[in-house]
Amino acid sequence: MRQVSLPRTLGELWAVLQRQPHSAVYAGGTDLFVKIRDGQLNPESLVCLERLTELQGVQDNGDELFIGAATTHSKLIVAESVREHLRVLVKAASVLGSPPIRHMGTIGGNIVTASPAGDTLPALYVLSAEVEIRHCEGSKRIPINEFIIGPGTVDLAKGEILAGVWLRKHQGWNLSHYEKIGRRKAQACAIASMAAVLELTETGKVKRARLAWGSVGPTVITSEGVENALIGEQLSLEVLKNAGTMLDKAISPIYDIRAGADYRRMVSKAMLLRLNDYACGTTY
Amino acid sequence: MKIAFRLNGKQIHIDAAPDRRVVDVLREDLGMTGTKESCAAGDCGACTILVDGESRLSCLMLAVQLEDRDITTIEGIAEGEQLHPVQNAFVEHGAVQCGFCTPGMVLASVDLLNRNSAPSRDQIREGLSGNLCRCTGYQMIVDAVEAAAEELRDRQES
Ligand SMILES: Cc1cc2nc3c(=O)[nH]c(=O)nc-3n(C[C@H](O)[C@H](O)[C@H](O)COP(=O)(O)OP(=O)(O)OC[C@H]3O[C@@H](n4cnc5c(N)ncnc54)[C@H](O)[C@@H]3O)c2cc1C
Repeated sequence: MRQVSLPRTLGELWAVLQRQPHSAVYAGGTDLFVKIRDGQLNPESLVCLERLTELQGVQDNGDELFIGAATTHSKLIVAESVREHLRVLVKAASVLGSPPIRHMGTIGGNIVTASPAGDTLPALYVLSAEVEIRHCEGSKRIPINEFIIGPGTVDLAKGEILAGVWLRKHQGWNLSHYEKIGRRKAQACAIASMAAVLELTETGKVKRARLAWGSVGPTVITSEGVENALIGEQLSLEVLKNAGTMLDKAISPIYDIRAGADYRRMVSKAMLLRLNDYACGTTY
Repeated sequence: MKIAFRLNGKQIHIDAAPDRRVVDVLREDLGMTGTKESCAAGDCGACTILVDGESRLSCLMLAVQLEDRDITTIEGIAEGEQLHPVQNAFVEHGAVQCGFCTPGMVLASVDLLNRNSAPSRDQIREGLSGNLCRCTGYQMIVDAVEAAAEELRDRQES
């Protein structure tokens, strides 16, 4: 039998982690329990974070929003402030898993799992998210791309937890897009995914652009080459196709059970073409 | 360990290992076999229960997480002999074949209709996307949820 603790305050959490330093923490359990069942992990004891109010919900701190690590995807996508300022994150979290997975799974769990296919990650990269790490004596903030260091690996030491993510509110993006390609619409790990935020001028020229791809490299892939190829341009199939040629150098897709590397390469560029729909006004 | 929670409207106390899966507590310890288990990995939705009104998967939850929660299983949604409108609609529309996915489907439908009282057919498909059925081809299930939504709206108006 494994000990399972259900701390209600951070004080209780630190005490448990001190008593049982080999515990695994979990929030929704939608990644951890699947791995335990597959025999990939066998933690001595468990600590459940779902009752820690300090890690729940979205706080408005003036220029920034703080999303607690144990906030479920369902709660995240209905939070007014997130809907207003972080549309690309809402779009990504809305296609993660299925309703029960979104009711259980959390943004913190998605980040710490650090799967190249994690749906919230490309959105968090384009929004320049910073994660807050806490331990019993203090906290620190680091950019998400420094926190995630490889597939399934994050920069988290024993006794530290992810407390949440910080995001600037007024980023000025007026086009937010997320798409994932999977074997089916729901419950499917992305074969490839793309998050994009753009600032378009009144005449439709690209002023600024941030794009990120999932599942086509060991972690989320960004490409300044693609972004620069879009700046100053009017969105069109030709411009997007041309920008896509810059992607080849940036991505390093693998062949796995879900798709081949060539298909991932092709589809990453094809997803870029979708942004043309916004130029045509068929979507926004 | 001692765990106190509400199950289908009644406060109960159980003694269970903290790491026992909720689906095992329900089926084996409490004899509530309406909740089914199939994939044991979150993919199929057969073990869906409502936790404080929200659909969750009892195969990915541990007993300790039941503490203080309000749990509804398929056994708890009818009122006495009176089936829940979603259950009635499933019967009337032939949305049940082998029946193994049905408890989860019904609870996922209740969860969806709590959030959206007038879902489109696409929204119903999305709302039930965490539940697999290997018999019906889903059409009749979608028909049933559409009908149940209408019935529930009518009731609310009157
Ligand atoms: C059927 C199914 C479908 C899925 N579909 C998708 C999908 O479409 N897209 C997608 O991206 N993911 C998907 N997932 C994966 C999973 O649901 C998500 O990654 C989810 O966000 C994980 O959150 P969680 O709270 O359940 O994580 P948990 O399982 O609780 O934790 C995951 C990992 O993070 C660690 N952890 C969690 N919280 C913290 C914290 N605050 N501090 C430190 N460490 C922490 C845990 O120790 C563990 O290693 C799916 C899973 C299942 C079972």
